[in-house]
Amino acid sequence: MTLSDPSGTVESVPPAIEADGLVKRFGATTALAGASFSATEGTVLGVLGPNGAGKTTATRVLATLLAPDEGRGLVGGYDVVAEPHRVRTLIGLTGQYAGVDEALTGTENLVLIARLLGQGRAASRRRAAELLAQFGLTDAAGRAARTYSGGMRRRLDLAASLVGRPRILFLDEPTTGLDPASRNELWDMVRTLTDDGVTVLLTTQYLEEADQLADDIVVIDRGTVVATGTPRDLKARAGAAVLQMRPTQPEQLDAVRRVAAELAGTEPTVEQGTVAVPAVDDALMPAVVRRLDDVGVSLAELTLRRATLDEVFLALTGHRAVEDDQDTEILKETA
Amino acid sequence: MTLDRTTTVRPAVTTDPGPRPPSRRVSPGQWASQSLTMAWRSIVQIKHNPSELLDLSIQPIMFVLLFTFVFGGAIGGSTDAYLQFALGGLIAQNALFLTIYTATGLATDLQKGTFDRFRSLPIARSAPLSGRILGDVLRQLWSLVVLLAVGVLLGFRITTSPLAVVAAFGLLVAFTLAFSWTSVLLGVLARDPEKVQIYGFTVLFPLTFASNAFAPTQTMPGWLQAWVSINPVTRMADALRGLLVGGPVAANAVATLLWGVAFAAVFGPLAVWALRTRT
Repeated sequence: MTLSDPSGTVESVPPAIEADGLVKRFGATTALAGASFSATEGTVLGVLGPNGAGKTTATRVLATLLAPDEGRGLVGGYDVVAEPHRVRTLIGLTGQYAGVDEALTGTENLVLIARLLGQGRAASRRRAAELLAQFGLTDAAGRAARTYSGGMRRRLDLAASLVGRPRILFLDEPTTGLDPASRNELWDMVRTLTDDGVTVLLTTQYLEEADQLADDIVVIDRGTVVATGTPRDLKARAGAAVLQMRPTQPEQLDAVRRVAAELAGTEPTVEQGTVAVPAVDDALMPAVVRRLDDVGVSLAELTLRRATLDEVFLALTGHRAVEDDQDTEILKETA
Repeated sequence: MTLDRTTTVRPAVTTDPGPRPPSRRVSPGQWASQSLTMAWRSIVQIKHNPSELLDLSIQPIMFVLLFTFVFGGAIGGSTDAYLQFALGGLIAQNALFLTIYTATGLATDLQKGTFDRFRSLPIARSAPLSGRILGDVLRQLWSLVVLLAVGVLLGFRITTSPLAVVAAFGLLVAFTLAFSWTSVLLGVLARDPEKVQIYGFTVLFPLTFASNAFAPTQTMPGWLQAWVSINPVTRMADALRGLLVGGPVAANAVATLLWGVAFAAVFGPLAVWALRTRT
């Protein structure tokens, strides 16, 4: 980010995380095809994309776990390839694939990390107790992590990545597979962290998650960045909400489609007797309802819902966010 | 191992003290402490996995009892005489079986992402491996003590010196550490701890049984004798017998160590390559 002050001099604040033209290939598959993005210190950067888009690969490159074939990654000003050890002193990693030791208790897992980071025995136990309390795991502190629920394990995982008080945190799909209550808890914890000035890179498949947490979002598809902006920008461009209508009589489907197309200004999608159109403007729903009433169409169903990632993708990239099983397999193999 | 003894050169004139940049490397002292912490973890795992402690204790005891009382009379003439012969072999066989833990532990860490967590920490790259190996040495020591104790209870007589027993342990550790590289490779390639057991035992069973660990070489058909006489398990079993109940040691110990060097030279680089490629 470049700030200019009135005197005309330009002060440059280096980003906490910077990816510059990252390329990574696994055999014939290109996981990253020149991805560039950056995160300003103290903010949350949401990396949004479907399975196999290259999110995990990008995270692994920036967290020094994987060397890029081309391009450069800078974390805290240090090159991830040239000075990985320095990068590691600054970062914490919680991922789909960065796990805790399930044979150890909650306390032991955290003490292990603290000891590895060079803290003394007593200091390590104190830090472990502190984090367990912060993450609501005090009661489970003495139990093996394999007995934890999915949500508890994820919280312990996040706690483990925070033992060294990292300034930069990588969260790779932190809420995948969590129930809504656990997911909300985790979101609150991420907000607390950013209040303390931690920079967070968060990958997610959910628009809602990026919307809730991120200051900036990069949308990534097939290894490249296809859109960048604040959540508000992207929602405006993609239509964050979708108006969905099902006429009582199926033969009126086309009439509904025509009304929706005219009022929304874009062509709706028609699927299984339902018409769906991006609702950029709050006034769209009442306008549609009035018009349909005027032309005598009655609706069996009228929903204003959040856009799915698929719909955002369709709007931003012109193609659907296909889940590519082959890519997912490759990610698993290289994880 | 990346040990760095150089010190960071600091600018002569410091205008802004600021926060000191983090160090580039891990010091030897830090490496040692990180390896010890990893070894601690490897031992704590046993505490939470009692079946492993059973494996480490019950299995060797069971083998000693079975071989001594079921086969002992038939193979050795009497159970007493057989035990004097077989305990060295049982110790060698058990030591090789234990190297499987290196593979299962590593496969589990890779599968669960624990290994990635370690690799994202500012610690020595080799600490997870050196710590595990240190933990495995302690497992070897425990098993050796159990085997010797059971043997002595059943009438096994150590006719040499305490120093020779220590030397036996040293030989055992030296060979199994070198042999562990096969296990590291296995752990990286298997991806799944369950598979490690299958692969491990299809290799380790024939390797340890097609030796003179349980029966004298002369009783076997000629084609088998050719292999059995050079099998590292045979050479180690003979060296251990020499060190515990007397007999030739030097040639067998040297052969055992040469085998160890060969295993390490072939599988060490392969394992490191596999680990680099995989991660």
